[in-house]
Amino acid sequence: MTVTISEFFKESANWAFLAIAVPTLFAGWRTVTSNNIVRAVLYLVVSLGGTAGLFFMLGAEFVGWTVVLVYIGAVIILFLIGIMITRAPLGQEADLSHAMNVKAPAALLSTVVFGVITWAMIDAFGNNMIPPFEPTATSDLSLLLFDRFVIPFEVVSFVLLAALIGGIAIARQDEEVVS
Amino acid sequence: MLNQYYGDYLTVALFIAVGAILVGGAVGASKLLAPKNPGGFKDVAYESGIEPVGGGWNQSHIRYYIFALMFLIFDVEAVFIFPWAITLDAFQAAGRGVFILVEMFLFILILLSGLLYAIRKGVLKWE
Repeated sequence: MTVTISEFFKESANWAFLAIAVPTLFAGWRTVTSNNIVRAVLYLVVSLGGTAGLFFMLGAEFVGWTVVLVYIGAVIILFLIGIMITRAPLGQEADLSHAMNVKAPAALLSTVVFGVITWAMIDAFGNNMIPPFEPTATSDLSLLLFDRFVIPFEVVSFVLLAALIGGIAIARQDEEVVS
Repeated sequence: MLNQYYGDYLTVALFIAVGAILVGGAVGASKLLAPKNPGGFKDVAYESGIEPVGGGWNQSHIRYYIFALMFLIFDVEAVFIFPWAITLDAFQAAGRGVFILVEMFLFILILLSGLLYAIRKGVLKWE
């Protein structure tokens, strides 16, 4: 089953998809082309917001709000502080543009990743249409998470604990030995 | 069901759109209407009337990273508490209320031990 372009534009959900996907794509592009690293992070916020919007469109409410809360809310803060503690060129006169010998491998790598993911998607789904679906209720998700996947759930807390202790070990100043 | 769901998020989208128009309109109107006379001390960062010392883009101390990291970790914890809270009734009805309660307490305790570690190591002290 293939969809022609006119059929594509008849569906209102597709317009909503484009309204979310095009800014997401643009923001993702600006994230890597922006000359100012703080602006790049702010573009990443827009890009992640669009990703959350796509999850909402798929009926995955919990995943969408997790992206908003954890990624936009916390990971971006971590990025910004991570940038601020380095000697990265900040401010308005900062220039992040690289020479061609850095740009070319990066472009090649991202093209290969894009190609692999596209190939995997087409290989897995091809022209199959997604059947009409119900939005996933968060309660269904948590019935699974806290029952069948209880061990992975507890393991998550250990992963977070390891991250915290690792961060402390790296960032802690060694105090002068007090005798 | 799905239409109801999309309808709910249409409200969210409208809200975002109205917010963007409001802020964009206010900033745009002030840009159009305000007289422009740049230069001089106007580009200096405002620091409560005192002349700022150094630039605004200094390298920060690494200790702030711990606070960001802890915020991230307890944010993830909060994200898991939401789905936990809405299934409490279902587990209680199935007679497994203690099970799910202990489960979340374990989760929080493990993370709290990280907080305790941070306090004991003195990385949260504000000097």
